[in-house]
Amino acid sequence: MSKRFGEKLVLDDLDLVVPRGGFVLVTGPNGSGKTTLLRLCAGLFAPTGGELEVEASRAAIGFLGHEPLVYRELTALENLDLYGRLYRLPERRERAGALLERFGLWRARNERTGTFSRGMLQRLALCRTFLHDPDLLLLDEPFDGLDTEGAELLQAELAERASVTALVATHDPEALAARSTACLALA
Amino acid sequence: MSAYAADVAALARKDILLEVRSRDTLPAMLLFVVSALTIFHFALPSGSSERAETGMLWMAIVFTALLGLTRAFAAEREEGVLDGLVLSPCDRSAIWLGKTIGMTVFLVLAEIVALPAFALFFHPLSWDLVAAVALADIGIASIGTLLAAIAAASRARELLLPLLFLPLAIPVVIGGVGASIASDPASFLGFLILYDGVFAILSWASFEYVVTE
Repeated sequence: MSKRFGEKLVLDDLDLVVPRGGFVLVTGPNGSGKTTLLRLCAGLFAPTGGELEVEASRAAIGFLGHEPLVYRELTALENLDLYGRLYRLPERRERAGALLERFGLWRARNERTGTFSRGMLQRLALCRTFLHDPDLLLLDEPFDGLDTEGAELLQAELAERASVTALVATHDPEALAARSTACLALA
Repeated sequence: MSAYAADVAALARKDILLEVRSRDTLPAMLLFVVSALTIFHFALPSGSSERAETGMLWMAIVFTALLGLTRAFAAEREEGVLDGLVLSPCDRSAIWLGKTIGMTVFLVLAEIVALPAFALFFHPLSWDLVAAVALADIGIASIGTLLAAIAAASRARELLLPLLFLPLAIPVVIGGVGASIASDPASFLGFLILYDGVFAILSWASFEYVVTE
């Protein structure tokens, strides 16, 4: 698979198979195509050459990007409730509440996310990513902005979801080395 | 309620809630339309034709809509929320329909102020004019929301949206002015209904391709 933006070739003839249950770390310097690869797998980009087949449906993908993908004028709970509706989750309020509590945002659940710090937004983005119990996780720098406690909470969450397939772009592969089944280094 | 209708309702309700909280768009639209009508009132010579006066109203409506449309996807752009909506399993046309309903509500609210102001400054309203405005709102919001989504993906969005929207709004002005002043407004109202139908279907069907690469 290849991906080109105008004249710039970002991914050149990448050949990658991620087996079900695989936990693949994607590393490489800035501009090497880590984010592009995750966005391709999420369906946000289309490859310009080759083929990409993702077995998981849209409803089964949990995507964490550089941005939290939440509305600044809605509260944390309202944002998760909106996503819960769109993913047609049963007991979406309870799920949202449980995740907010797990990621230490319960007390801020009724605050608008425009007032959140970078770390709080990242925690909320993680809640959004895990809300619908995805089978395929696409995580782009998941530890960005997290403090030590937040990083531990994320590690614990990932440990609980041992059976999911994951593609994780990171500059810190050591943090997830114990979980990874393979590492893809982009140049 | 079907899942599709529930998604549309949730998305439209969210847009209205965002506006209630942020007050980013509607106050600007109200201020603009009243200011424009006031300027036209003093700019037009006394004894101007009904056609000229009605034309001014339609100009004000189109540019007020354009003002609202420039903000249509502002909240989604801020934190990349459009990606989140596109990734969700809801039908992507539901995103367009929810946004179009929200935009129609803002237009109607602006016109609830604009039409009495027009009656005060120029001449009394007719039912034909009100019907034409209501029909035009649907068409403007339908195609405008699609074009706003196209423009939102561009760096030159402030320039691109008027360039795309204004040529497509010309039929609305022709139909609207015609329905407002013609002795037989039915054909012009029919034209507006046709415009609404064509552009609503076109926008509904093509929105998915606009928000995905």
